[in-house]
Amino acid sequence: MTPQELADAVGVVDGAGRRGAPPLIRVAGVERDYRMGEETVHALRGVSFDVAAGEWLAVVGPSGCGKSTLLNLLGAVDRPSRGTVRIAGEDVGAMDDRAATSFRLRRVGFVFQRFYLMPMLTARENVELPMAEAGVGRAERQARARELLAYVGLAPRERHRPAQLSGGEQQRVAIARALANRPALLLADEPTGELDARTGAEIIDLLGRLHAEGTTILVVTHDETLAQAGGRRIHMRDGLVERDDK
Amino acid sequence: MRLALAAATLLRHRTRTLLAVLGVAVSAALLLDMVMLAGGMRESFRDLLLVRGYQLRLSPKGTLPFDSDATMERAAALLAAVRADPRIVAVSPILGGQLHVLGAAPDGGESGPAATAFAMGLDARVQGDYELVRGRHAVAGAELVASPAFLRATGARVGDTLDVAAGFDPQLRQYAGRRRAVVVGEGRFFYTPGEQPVAALPLATLQAMRGEEGRDRLSLVMARVADGADVEQVRAELQRRVPRVSAISTATALAQVEQRLSYFRQLAFILGAISLAIGFLLVTTLVTVSVNERVGEIAVLRAIGVSRAHVVQQIVLEGSALSLAGAALGLALGLVTARYLNAILGDFPGLPAAFAFFVFRPIDAWRALGLLVLSGVLAGVYPSWRAASLPIATTLREEAVG
Repeated sequence: MTPQELADAVGVVDGAGRRGAPPLIRVAGVERDYRMGEETVHALRGVSFDVAAGEWLAVVGPSGCGKSTLLNLLGAVDRPSRGTVRIAGEDVGAMDDRAATSFRLRRVGFVFQRFYLMPMLTARENVELPMAEAGVGRAERQARARELLAYVGLAPRERHRPAQLSGGEQQRVAIARALANRPALLLADEPTGELDARTGAEIIDLLGRLHAEGTTILVVTHDETLAQAGGRRIHMRDGLVERDDK
Repeated sequence: MRLALAAATLLRHRTRTLLAVLGVAVSAALLLDMVMLAGGMRESFRDLLLVRGYQLRLSPKGTLPFDSDATMERAAALLAAVRADPRIVAVSPILGGQLHVLGAAPDGGESGPAATAFAMGLDARVQGDYELVRGRHAVAGAELVASPAFLRATGARVGDTLDVAAGFDPQLRQYAGRRRAVVVGEGRFFYTPGEQPVAALPLATLQAMRGEEGRDRLSLVMARVADGADVEQVRAELQRRVPRVSAISTATALAQVEQRLSYFRQLAFILGAISLAIGFLLVTTLVTVSVNERVGEIAVLRAIGVSRAHVVQQIVLEGSALSLAGAALGLALGLVTARYLNAILGDFPGLPAAFAFFVFRPIDAWRALGLLVLSGVLAGVYPSWRAASLPIATTLREEAVG
């Protein structure tokens, strides 16, 4: 199977055909407040930006500037206090739990800093998990999980449990899991944060390959190499967008 | 996939899961035993009463069968009255009494009784008091069928001849109604305690041996009512026709027994409820601990799109699996302990040998299993609700910091 055939098989989103189309992500005047005891913390103070389909965007900034909060809002695991987050035209913040769950399952792929694979499942079973949740039949999801693991270079490790894999391998399984239901958007929170430089570089290469094949990627990172790998960087500070390097 | 995930989660901490299963098993065993005890004595007594299919018993007025030494006089007339009812298909008359087995003194004289046994005079063709283990029934003359305790007490064997007497006059120091009786069989007696020596003789023989005390007298009459006939109606009519005796049906006897055993039932109910509560708390605690350890994983599952309902299902499944495994093991354990307890309690003085405290009925096992699985499902409700309600973003943030 050629790389392109493999890419077609795993169904990465082709961003090429979307140039000039409405933005995939539109964040408008988003604020997010938290109650911490008696105090209210303003994690986001009015963030606005658009992301086109097929773009690779890195959100950078110091700890506590609101990067992860922004990522959670984009992934529909949190709701804005004010403002709107629209992804592919859908108002993510207005979704009820059922709609938000379905949105996370089918439209977004999540990659976490600490991988968060299910330790008692094999690599292949971890990749199958979102597909099982989406109701994909056993044979089909096993075949697709194998394709995805082959895509991230882990075909021979499909029966290994997370504890038997290196950090870089675990993160690649997590990326394969994130791609399981062919999401339009891949969200990654410090995907190289737990990895050494060489392994981190492998993950950056993998993300680069996905981007080249059209997947829209939004990463939150402190890793300068990862931030520079994407085409665009948003700098945040104190809950605001400080600079947008398009 | 959820089933595999639940199984994998439980197997992740094998020792803890095994201990929890064992804990549930102990609780299940106790629950099954209590369920068996609650209905067991009644069932056992019922089986005992109906062991030969006699549903009616006539005993001296105001007494239960063999409750006292009292006898019913004009036995022939009583039997005729009973047999006159066409709905009664079999009648078994019984006379009770004492039987002294006399030993021989070294000089050839009498040395007093080697053993004293309970004697039953009955008609071997219709008797409903024992089951022949060896030999044959005592059908006529001076023959007897002995219980194992009788044989042990006298040292006799089937085929031996014994010097027996039905009475002893302490003033004259003489035995009355003496016979040279042949032990023709060994029997397992249903209604007498296992440790009590018992002998069954032909009714006419024992009546004759007891002299005036036994002439035309009976201690008990058992009657079998034809299939389809209303036993209670037959009993009431019989009682009306022969008011000088007490007519008791199996149902009446069971009601009296139930009344006497109500304390046991209450005890069984309370202990059963406690064992169920312990099993429930054990599973709830284990699943709650497991959920607390996995909040990060659960938040990730929710973040990648697993629905609340499926998180709940998986955790309830874990609780149910623990309960089911524990219940299956516990049911086996319960049967073993019930057997052991039956053996211990069976030696309780005065209890019929065939009486059991714990009687296994499949319905009891299903009932205990059902209660345990239900408690397992309920045990998963709180932790699963807690897991499904986790704020995803906050939990992920805290896990990342942690």
